[in-house]
Amino acid sequence: MENIFLGLEMLARWDVMLALFVGSIGGVIIGAIPGVGPAVAIAILLPATFSLDPIVGLTMLLGIYGSSMYGGAIPAILINTPGTAVNALTSYDGYPMTENGEGHRALSLAYSASFWGGIFGILCLILLSPVLALIAPMFGSREIFLAAMLGIILVILAHRGQIFAAGMLAMFGIFLQTIGLDAVTYTQRYTFGYSFLSSGVNLIVVVLGLFALSQAFFLLTAPDNSPDAKPVKGRMSVGMRELMKHKRVATVASGFGVILGMIPGTGEFTAQFMSYTYAQKTSKDPEKFGKGSPEGLIASEAANNAVPAAAMIPLLALGIPGEALTAMMLSVFYVHNVIPGPQLFQNNIDLVYGLYFALIALNIIVMVFLLFSTNLLTKIIRVPTRFLGVMILILSFVGVYSLRNSLTDCMISAVFGVFGLILKRLNLPIVPIILGMVLGGIMEVKLRSAMPRLNSPLDMIDRPITFILFAIILLVLALHVRTLIKEYRAHEPIEDHDMHDSQTR
Amino acid sequence: MSRVKTLQSLFKRYRRPGDIVFAWVFLVFSIFLLSQLFDQTTFQSRGKLAAQPRFWPAISLISMTGFAGFHLLGSALSDRIEGRWAEVWHWIKSVEYAGWFVAYAAAVPYAGYLPTTVIFAVLLTIRAGYRSGKMVGASVVCSIVIVVLFKTLLKVNLPAGQIYEALPDGLRQIMLTYF
Repeated sequence: MENIFLGLEMLARWDVMLALFVGSIGGVIIGAIPGVGPAVAIAILLPATFSLDPIVGLTMLLGIYGSSMYGGAIPAILINTPGTAVNALTSYDGYPMTENGEGHRALSLAYSASFWGGIFGILCLILLSPVLALIAPMFGSREIFLAAMLGIILVILAHRGQIFAAGMLAMFGIFLQTIGLDAVTYTQRYTFGYSFLSSGVNLIVVVLGLFALSQAFFLLTAPDNSPDAKPVKGRMSVGMRELMKHKRVATVASGFGVILGMIPGTGEFTAQFMSYTYAQKTSKDPEKFGKGSPEGLIASEAANNAVPAAAMIPLLALGIPGEALTAMMLSVFYVHNVIPGPQLFQNNIDLVYGLYFALIALNIIVMVFLLFSTNLLTKIIRVPTRFLGVMILILSFVGVYSLRNSLTDCMISAVFGVFGLILKRLNLPIVPIILGMVLGGIMEVKLRSAMPRLNSPLDMIDRPITFILFAIILLVLALHVRTLIKEYRAHEPIEDHDMHDSQTR
Repeated sequence: MSRVKTLQSLFKRYRRPGDIVFAWVFLVFSIFLLSQLFDQTTFQSRGKLAAQPRFWPAISLISMTGFAGFHLLGSALSDRIEGRWAEVWHWIKSVEYAGWFVAYAAAVPYAGYLPTTVIFAVLLTIRAGYRSGKMVGASVVCSIVIVVLFKTLLKVNLPAGQIYEALPDGLRQIMLTYF
């Protein structure tokens, strides 16, 4: 109880509240503009928060992370273009509702469902905390190594149809983090005699190149476009009343969000799809799904908003990120000297509670903001895409150059920017590179520290948790092979979709 | 574009034009890196295999080359998608903007953050095809807001421009500190 009050006290500062406010509102706006997205914003702002107090910087970026999906629903519903990739399913029922003249109803329902999902996720996180505090210390080097390995495998397997590409990019990420002076043996690795490579390839420089600069190049080289969203009329608070009629769908969808959010690499997409399918199967009007069903919209939005809180579970308890945004949040934590992992729950539980309360506060701030400013946001999203590209390029400079005032960093980032553009154009994933860098680093360190206690490879799995993790890895691989065989036998026709490049438009 | 019907198809990504060019380039790049393994890493006589400095570069590069080989095979065996070289030309064109970015970064320590940002924002806006006074004006306003937000208010670590040294005393100090 005392820790809860300490956590609350941490937030009760004007600068923390201001950061949370700026982060939440900024996150909604960024999420609402197709072509920006939270990854770009966090990448740019990350170095800018170095000079801030740790809790201030953390809450600001947490605000962006937690609130962008609220904003992403606006263009998904009004113009059939998801603001963030995870709002893709929202457009299935949201846009038909707009076409039927129910844009206002769809938006208010999406906000309410998002709020429900967000709060549900945080409550689960709070309730799970004592359990996490109990389990997390059981994770030693071997357990964390295997958990990180499971993360890499899941991320690769999640990119169906491009598994080889995802694999090579994840391995490229692991390779990138090995470049430079080896921290233990002090030997050079892949520096080719260049002194600037001795300190390694900086994760933030790569992130800025792959997410922010690539997006700027992408927008600048593509034809200009200005999304045209029509304003909506009516009170936004009515959605909450309608949501109460679909409490069951919203709660189950949030539950899916929480459970799947904890699993690396699969989070939002699986959660949305499973809740959508559940909602359709249990609905009285299943034929309305895809043509403007409120239940479909609720299922999708409640599920994706429950994910950020749930994704914080492996991040805070084990220090293992499950996707790009949590990988960036991990570097945010590191920069501010907060080391996520088993010790965090033992030594800094007040900070953990502080972050939970920050998540609750941001959901409330966003909800109140959206009730009054939806029409303002419909004007903001009309920014022409090439102009947006110019601004992202200018902003990326702040991110890269402020790290250590290095022109070399800018050049490296520009190279990764072009590389990111190629990947985006080819519909290839960027996330495996980032997760490869982060998880690869964790795997190397943890395996090394586990080595002295290992006499044979079997010692790696002689503890209960390591054995379970190893069994899960085998199960995941076996299930994947089974799916491949089933798919091969079924001879399903190829049906192309642009779900994965939806966030780049 | 069809709608997603199953969980498996939701996760599925589809090939785009130019995939085979990328697959070839990446495979050659992987093989080159792998060929440098013995030159660029060391093996110490003492210590277990997994603790060797060569261990993780070897694991990652061998796997990367293997995956790249299979990716190329997958591309080569798939139906050809038209527009391969047009796509590659598109990639090459993006290098121009990478050049803009590096030039901008190189100019800041000399010409100062505020003047460089305003000039580059205007030039890039014109380069992007906007000719109206409204858009150019918007780029000036946005660039000033960015400078004020990051340099003046957040005090982000950016160098002061050498050009500011030529300013009169009072103004020089303000420009050096805040812009």
